[in-house]
Amino acid sequence: MNRLLCLVITLLLAAPAWAAQPVSPEDQIRSLSDEVIAIIHADQALQTTGDTSSAIAQIDQQVLQPHFNFKHMTALSMGREWRKATPEQQQLLIQEFKTLLVRTYSNALTIYKDPTVELKPARYKPSDTDVQIRTKVIQTGIKPVDIDYNLELIDNSWQVYDVVVAGVSLVTNYRNFFAKEVRKGGVEGAIKSLQDKNRNQEK
Amino acid sequence: MSTQNRFPYRAAVTGLVLLGLSGCAGKNGVATDPWEGYNRAMFAFNETVDRALIKPVAKGYEWLLPAPVNTIITNFFDNIGDVLVAANNLFQGKVREAGSDLGRVALNSTLGIGGLVDVATDMGFDKHDEDFGQTFGHWGIADGPYFVLPFLGPSTVRDAFGQLADWQADPLTYVNPDAVHYSLVGVRLIDNRADLLPSEKMLEAGAIDRYSYLRDAYLQHRRYVVYDGRPPRDEEDE
Repeated sequence: MNRLLCLVITLLLAAPAWAAQPVSPEDQIRSLSDEVIAIIHADQALQTTGDTSSAIAQIDQQVLQPHFNFKHMTALSMGREWRKATPEQQQLLIQEFKTLLVRTYSNALTIYKDPTVELKPARYKPSDTDVQIRTKVIQTGIKPVDIDYNLELIDNSWQVYDVVVAGVSLVTNYRNFFAKEVRKGGVEGAIKSLQDKNRNQEK
Repeated sequence: MSTQNRFPYRAAVTGLVLLGLSGCAGKNGVATDPWEGYNRAMFAFNETVDRALIKPVAKGYEWLLPAPVNTIITNFFDNIGDVLVAANNLFQGKVREAGSDLGRVALNSTLGIGGLVDVATDMGFDKHDEDFGQTFGHWGIADGPYFVLPFLGPSTVRDAFGQLADWQADPLTYVNPDAVHYSLVGVRLIDNRADLLPSEKMLEAGAIDRYSYLRDAYLQHRRYVVYDGRPPRDEEDE
């Protein structure tokens, strides 16, 4: 009994050492992709009528919130304009941009009813804190789509800060949009455009 | 339509050389778009035609044909297209890829029953994406300004020349009689349009200004395919 107790205590003390090893970026993307596939398969509405709203809500909660760094994505897309925004405006921007990104990303994935995701071999050094993991989404009847994820290591966990679909980077695409919007109507104008778009899509 | 038309080779070559000397359509993914006025107008026109004519037919086609039939038709045209892909890979000096593409044509035309079934991919011969626009890009010719073509949609000056060359080299261009030629081209157009319906959902969801979203996506995508999926990383600005 004593020995068992010793073993348990040792294991508990050793646990932080295990926690110190972050999940590798490929494993992160693998499990992320598997979760999305599982959600798509299990969602009755999607499978029967093609209604993606509940699947998208689940993907948002279970996959995107924990693994996507929306703050960094927003800051990157805003570029130099980010510093012009007040903290309150920044919060609003993150919120609205997140809504838009979640919808766009989820729409890209929920067009499939029975996808498989292949991870391409990743090349990076163990000391890298910024890597790209490349995947291919396959579905019978549709041409395979390349979806690549850019991740950075923050606080021992890998977070996605850009998604590249068929070579089109979300961050880069929206960089042009934000540059134009801020030039036209300032940060407030950019926030308003995002809000209008999001509200329009909700109808 | 006569295929004996005089292809303006001299003009094309001059144009391409000039392009080689001019700048890119954008830096670090930020488009410069010097012809934006014209482009926006043509984009609006194309959208109207698409909404009124092409998209409804494509949706009807997609609704009418079950996925397997859609796949067969796509495979048929892709197989013919693979000959062009092989040629372009060869022009880019990618001999191994060209060989693989010819392997695809051989396998799919025989085992794949005239190209209807894509057996080659399952046998490890990946489908490549190459066209003359990419070949010109590989040779170092710059994009030139973003340029929206009537009916055909987003392009650049270089890619427009590329499409001309693709058309000249396309086996379907030489099909006689004209009625068969037009039917085949028509079906291919609708089939391609139907394949784009899913991506359009993404555009709808995310684009606030459809014109610039599509332009930026097109330019990025072209850069991506010219470099075969491994474009050089631009400097980060954060």
